[in-house]
Amino acid sequence: MDATAVRERVSALLAEHDPATTDPTEFLRARFDAGLAWLYFPVGLGGLGASRDLQSLADQLLRGTPDNDPGRIAIGLGMAAPTILAFGTEEQKRRFLRPLYTGEEVWCQLFSEPGAGSDLASLATRAVRDGDEWVVDGQKVWTSGAHLSRWGILVARTDPDVPKHRGITYFICDMHAPGVEVRPLRQITGEAEFNEVFLTGVRLSDELRLGEIGDGWRVAQTTLMNERVAIGGGTPRGRRSMIGLLADTWRERPELRSHDLHQRLLKLWVDSEIMRLTGARLREQLAAGHPGPEGSGMKLLFAQLHQEASGFEVELLRDEGLGYDDWSFRRSDGVDFLGRGAGYRYLRAKGNSIEGGTSEILRNIVAERVLGLPSEPRVDKDVPWKDLPR
Amino acid sequence: MTLLYTEIEEQLRAAVRDLLTDKASPGAADDGELWKALARDIGVAGLLIPEELGGAGASAREAAVVLEELGRAVTPVPYLTSAVLATRALLGVPDAEDLLERLAAGEITAALAVPFGSSPYRSPLSTLGDGAQAVSIAGSAISGQIAAVAGADVADVLVVPVRTGLAIVAADDPGVTVTPVTSLDLTRPIATVEFASAAARFVAVEPGAVRDTLAFGAGLLASEQLGVAEWCLTSTVAYLRERTQFARPVGSFQALKHRLADLWLEIVGARAAARNAADQLAAGWSHSARVAVAVAQAHCGAVAVHAAEECVQLHGGIGMTWEHPAHLYLKRAKTDEIALGTPGDHREALVGLVDLPGPVRA
Ligand SMILES: Cc1cc2nc3c(=O)[nH]c(=O)nc-3n(C[C@H](O)[C@H](O)[C@H](O)COP(=O)(O)OP(=O)(O)OC[C@H]3O[C@@H](n4cnc5c(N)ncnc54)[C@H](O)[C@@H]3O)c2cc1C
Repeated sequence: MDATAVRERVSALLAEHDPATTDPTEFLRARFDAGLAWLYFPVGLGGLGASRDLQSLADQLLRGTPDNDPGRIAIGLGMAAPTILAFGTEEQKRRFLRPLYTGEEVWCQLFSEPGAGSDLASLATRAVRDGDEWVVDGQKVWTSGAHLSRWGILVARTDPDVPKHRGITYFICDMHAPGVEVRPLRQITGEAEFNEVFLTGVRLSDELRLGEIGDGWRVAQTTLMNERVAIGGGTPRGRRSMIGLLADTWRERPELRSHDLHQRLLKLWVDSEIMRLTGARLREQLAAGHPGPEGSGMKLLFAQLHQEASGFEVELLRDEGLGYDDWSFRRSDGVDFLGRGAGYRYLRAKGNSIEGGTSEILRNIVAERVLGLPSEPRVDKDVPWKDLPR
Repeated sequence: MTLLYTEIEEQLRAAVRDLLTDKASPGAADDGELWKALARDIGVAGLLIPEELGGAGASAREAAVVLEELGRAVTPVPYLTSAVLATRALLGVPDAEDLLERLAAGEITAALAVPFGSSPYRSPLSTLGDGAQAVSIAGSAISGQIAAVAGADVADVLVVPVRTGLAIVAADDPGVTVTPVTSLDLTRPIATVEFASAAARFVAVEPGAVRDTLAFGAGLLASEQLGVAEWCLTSTVAYLRERTQFARPVGSFQALKHRLADLWLEIVGARAAARNAADQLAAGWSHSARVAVAVAQAHCGAVAVHAAEECVQLHGGIGMTWEHPAHLYLKRAKTDEIALGTPGDHREALVGLVDLPGPVRA
């Protein structure tokens, strides 16, 4: 599979399904079936078994054709899909990946709980086997987009008698099943992007289990690694960047400029360029088949820079920065870090160093897994989960 | 066009690193043997010189890899000053073939006679006419003084930017005095260069050529800074894994782990920026090469200093000793931060390069 072959396939797709006249969902289905959804996935599952670096070519050639709204289905695209690909049965892959990609089925992530955040492995939601089914009871929290979702990726405790990392199993949760209740949680931005999710006697078929019983922690690692790449990986294709936005305002509004802001803007511009180059180098490493440890750092870098830049923007706008577009409590229909006004961007950016692993946890990961520094003394490693202090 | 290292670059790196592991130890002065081995046996002196003149016809990418290794070992050899700066200045010059051949062969070294802190965004004083003139020319003789020149102490040939182009002066001319200055950087000392009616050969160069040479050097200096920073991080991590206090390795304390994680991240960015600068410079002198140089220098200088400062601090008392090599890296890093333009000079250059103008007067 090379660039020429990709070009040919794109031409064939466009010839058979004119994007101007085809229904958007139909077009996305056809794109998936042509193997042009994620080129590095296997044939038959939306891909061509191609190398990752051909993806950007396909995206570029298909720019302007119907979009699957990555802000709405980010969790499906960035986390559920790679996990299903790595651990799913053939049947699961065939059932779930296509509607996930086309946006017909939205996914959410049922990981965090009131008592288990950074220490996700301490989670308490129980899943108990009952014949061919599992009965799930517990509470999840901070669940982005649960209100829009058809499916959720769920981690639950199936064995409380072994140490915490070992008694977890990974499921696909049917968000329409009886016993699933979703309640909005209002955020500092005013809207409710995330929710609390109560799971009461929810019955899930064993066919919805992803990976082996008790192996859920390992499956979840794949999700979490992909989540960090998805959040830190940079702006979605064809989208504007935060620094681009700042630079435009700066050029168009000379009356806002000051010496102090000028120095800081230049520094932000350099930092943004450093982040862009770091990401570009990381993608090259991935394409060459050497995923570098840089991946775990990208999200950390992104959170720092995006917070600094969005704070700068509010300050730059001065009197306008004193206003806010809209505090009304409503459920959002997707995530867009660059959406709405400067105030929203500033507040939403605060979540970047919390969601998907806090910046503190990511620093621990870099220090221990990349630099090989010793871990802190731990008291919870070999103790059965049920005996841990809570 | 890649930000990764090619196989050939890795081979070159391995050759340089093996030689340095074998023959150099941080802080030891070079009696000339180490430079000879690097310049001739591995051929680093002629990397940027075309094959017709006996060089390797390689590019900024390969030179950058050599600089990473030299930075990692703070090797006291005139690679940056002779094989990069002076060589690059002579590359575009007609009638410099004889010099370039001898430079490529490692028979002589040269130095670009400018203050090491010269910004690529300003013309060196020696090239200005009238009152600010630091050197004067009478017939084929040159007089004047240039301070803070790096690499002059070991140079056989001095390449002096003057108003009309370059003056090429033999360092052993009776009219030349090179006085070493007690320098912050022990491994790359500076010197004052004085000319008293020294015999010079004058060659014309394109306007702006000297500034481009300085920018080229600045872009490659980023790779040296990367090497310095990497050594500091690696040796600090190694020390903190071994050093025990409070009955546990001090490297297990989160306050330190987080600092090192942040430093690592800065260095990851420095590598991307340094590779990008080298790659752009290898492709030729362009607007994007200018931006790449400014970005790399605005970032990497401070990263090397930060790494060296953390290295000293996290080694505790040992880090403060003359005996431990950390200070050599700190002194190199702080000097490099000023060399060929400060981070601030390079950020300021972006004002014009990427159109981010300053405040307008009310
Ligand atoms: C906008 C947003 C969207 C989210 N969406 C989802 C979602 O869709 N699905 C989902 O499952 N979760 C989601 N989350 C939850 C997120 O993953 C958790 O909030 C996060 O993992 C932190 O857990 P916590 O909130 O319990 O904080 P805690 O773990 O209680 O942490 C509190 C503070 O202590 C620090 N801390 C904790 N442990 C350590 C340590 N070992 N060393 C140093 N510092 C430490 C943390 O960094 C933090 O600053 C979302 C969060 C946000 C903000």
